[in-house]
Amino acid sequence: MAVTVSSERDTVASPVQRAFREALYAGAISLGLFVLFIGLKTDQNISNQLILVTRWWLLITVVVLTMLGRFFYIAYGQPFMANQKIANVATGLLPASVASRFFLLPAFIGAIVLAVVLFVFGGALPGLVGDGLAGYLQFLRALAVIYALACVIFYFRAYIHDNFTKLGVTALVLYPILVVGVLSLMSWSFVGGLQGSLKWIDNFGIQILIYVMLAWGLNIVVGLAGLLDLGYVAFYAVGAYAYALLGSHYGLSFWILLPAAGAMAAFWGVMLGFPVLRLRGDYLAIVTLAFGEIIRLVLINWREVTNGSAGISGIPKVTFFGLMTFNSTDPNYIGKVLHIAQSSAYYKIFLYYLILALALLTAFVTIRLRRMPVGRAWEALREDEIACRSLGINTTTTKLTAFATGAMFGGFAGAFFSARQGFVSPESFVFLESAIILAIVVLGGMGSLVGIAVAAMVMIGGTEALRELDFLKQVFGKDFTPELYRMLLFGMAMVIVMLWKPRGFVGSREPTAFLKERRAVSSSFTKEGHG
Amino acid sequence: MAETTLLDIKGVETYYGNIKALNGVNVHVNQGEIVALIGANGAGKSTLMMTIFGAPRARAGTITFAGTDITQMPTHEIARMRIAQSPEGRRIFPRMTVMENLQMGAGLDNLKHYDEDAEKVFTLFPRLKERIAQRGGTLSGGEQQMLSIGRALMARPKLLLLDEPSLGLAPLIVKQIFDAIRELNRTQGLTVFLVEQNAFGALKLATRGYVMVNGNVTMSGTGKDLLANPEVRAAYLEGGHH
Repeated sequence: MAVTVSSERDTVASPVQRAFREALYAGAISLGLFVLFIGLKTDQNISNQLILVTRWWLLITVVVLTMLGRFFYIAYGQPFMANQKIANVATGLLPASVASRFFLLPAFIGAIVLAVVLFVFGGALPGLVGDGLAGYLQFLRALAVIYALACVIFYFRAYIHDNFTKLGVTALVLYPILVVGVLSLMSWSFVGGLQGSLKWIDNFGIQILIYVMLAWGLNIVVGLAGLLDLGYVAFYAVGAYAYALLGSHYGLSFWILLPAAGAMAAFWGVMLGFPVLRLRGDYLAIVTLAFGEIIRLVLINWREVTNGSAGISGIPKVTFFGLMTFNSTDPNYIGKVLHIAQSSAYYKIFLYYLILALALLTAFVTIRLRRMPVGRAWEALREDEIACRSLGINTTTTKLTAFATGAMFGGFAGAFFSARQGFVSPESFVFLESAIILAIVVLGGMGSLVGIAVAAMVMIGGTEALRELDFLKQVFGKDFTPELYRMLLFGMAMVIVMLWKPRGFVGSREPTAFLKERRAVSSSFTKEGHG
Repeated sequence: MAETTLLDIKGVETYYGNIKALNGVNVHVNQGEIVALIGANGAGKSTLMMTIFGAPRARAGTITFAGTDITQMPTHEIARMRIAQSPEGRRIFPRMTVMENLQMGAGLDNLKHYDEDAEKVFTLFPRLKERIAQRGGTLSGGEQQMLSIGRALMARPKLLLLDEPSLGLAPLIVKQIFDAIRELNRTQGLTVFLVEQNAFGALKLATRGYVMVNGNVTMSGTGKDLLANPEVRAAYLEGGHH
């Protein structure tokens, strides 16, 4: 965003004049860039001929938006940011921060009132104001809720920062209860609340927690031991197929197969570990990438066992520790045992707590291991392998335990995944999944459990939330599907985070050895690209 | 010989690919001595240091430590024989705190003597205590060298190998570090084998010294004798004393 005018002219031109000039430049550049991308589009007509479709209005819109953005940024944005750094001459104080001016109590109350009103009349809106406007009002409602939540977080930021772990775990434990409670109140029936909760618990809760767990597992390999693994999804696949095959062929219980799946994934972790012991960095990344692809190709081509790309279906559900089941035809179905109404939500809620427990187990083990010799050896290995060896650390076993431990948690998550889906196919274990998991680890800040959890919530929750943005159909037309833009969101988030915080959301590393007081070590003290 | 030989290097030859770096080197270090190995850039000093630690491995000759042949041992097992090293370039763990770096050094005993030994290191290098919660990578060069030596001492070594402890440090810090080494040797009887380019400081500190040229040990003797030797003076001590 550097201003490229000479200082001589700078003193003459007012911000508005300068903004006008810059806006013209920006418009010319964006016109040049987008004339072929947006202005023209190749298509097929009915007789399969290639035709050129022109979209000049769209092009004009994009160019004008670019110019306006540049104009307002130079004319008002930059002077505002510069003013934020100038202290008041009389008081010597810096101006109030943007955040404290943005989060105001009257606005907070207004947002809550607006949200409540729109929730209460939510059902009647399309009838009252028409579909189009109702879509925008829904969006407004979502914005009001987000603003109110952001206000709460802003005002209690110190408290939240100090008690993040406790608050986070409590919120996660209470989440299904809250969802069912709120939805029951809204529909005035418990069963209705249960049915409505499916989307929130399954699509948001379970989906996010699976990725949290996978990212925490990968964090052991990448974040702690510093071994860049691009094929992590292979272990997820091993776990998933282990449960799918053993569960459906031998009828073994999930509770027996969960450790078995973990052990099998750990075994394959060691198998991968051996040939790559001498590799680091880019070279290691390529071999692990190949390993992930090998596992996927074996799953596709070994038809006799894996049923190829058609996948395995009819994978048994998890039971409530063998006491109750979640199949409504079974004599010990949970609804019959507890004498409550039949609902598929019980299984989802149970699965939610199961994956929550598994994820917390991963976190607990990671935290404990970091304080044990093997965890310290992993971190030292990431820093300097040669120094490790000369301190008597067996780097071979250290690397293998890192691969095995990380893979084991991938295997647990895989077994859970196949039990949740009831169906597995090689399509779920493509490279993109590895890339997403790795992106979450990097965005969150390598080695930081909290950062990774937040990154998983934002990225996976964000992509799921795209499905909720139905009002966009009113803007862009009926065939606009926001969820197709999730990769764009991912990419944008990565670029923004890497510009703004090159070490991820939480770049600081909590030391494991203390004399008197704990002190996190800020990322700003370390060079980028180290560790 | 009156003293017992702790480290005995006999006819060691080391290669990098096909290039011979060490050409039948004979060096021994007795219990309780400070032995200095001096030589110009590329003479093979650091290679000898690394060969003792098994990476790269010697292709010919034997290295014996306290009666055990360690020539073919993997590096981490050599370290477990209680040979500690402050390697070339210090190689401290940059993202770990001073405390954690010291912990890594004490890993051999599973931190049994950690508190006691850390206190000893802090007595030796009070500067480190001030920096205790700071990341290794944010320390100054001298502090990093102190940390590297401190980390090596945490393993309660029988033999301490120092590879160019004075490299890139201000003369005052070099003096502090050499004083600390002398102190360790005098009070705890620690055996030290150090490689140095700072020939004057190293030979003044050392009981005995060796001079290395092109992968061969060409001269040896007591530190005083070597300092007085006109050839050594001409080759390594021209250009002013430190």
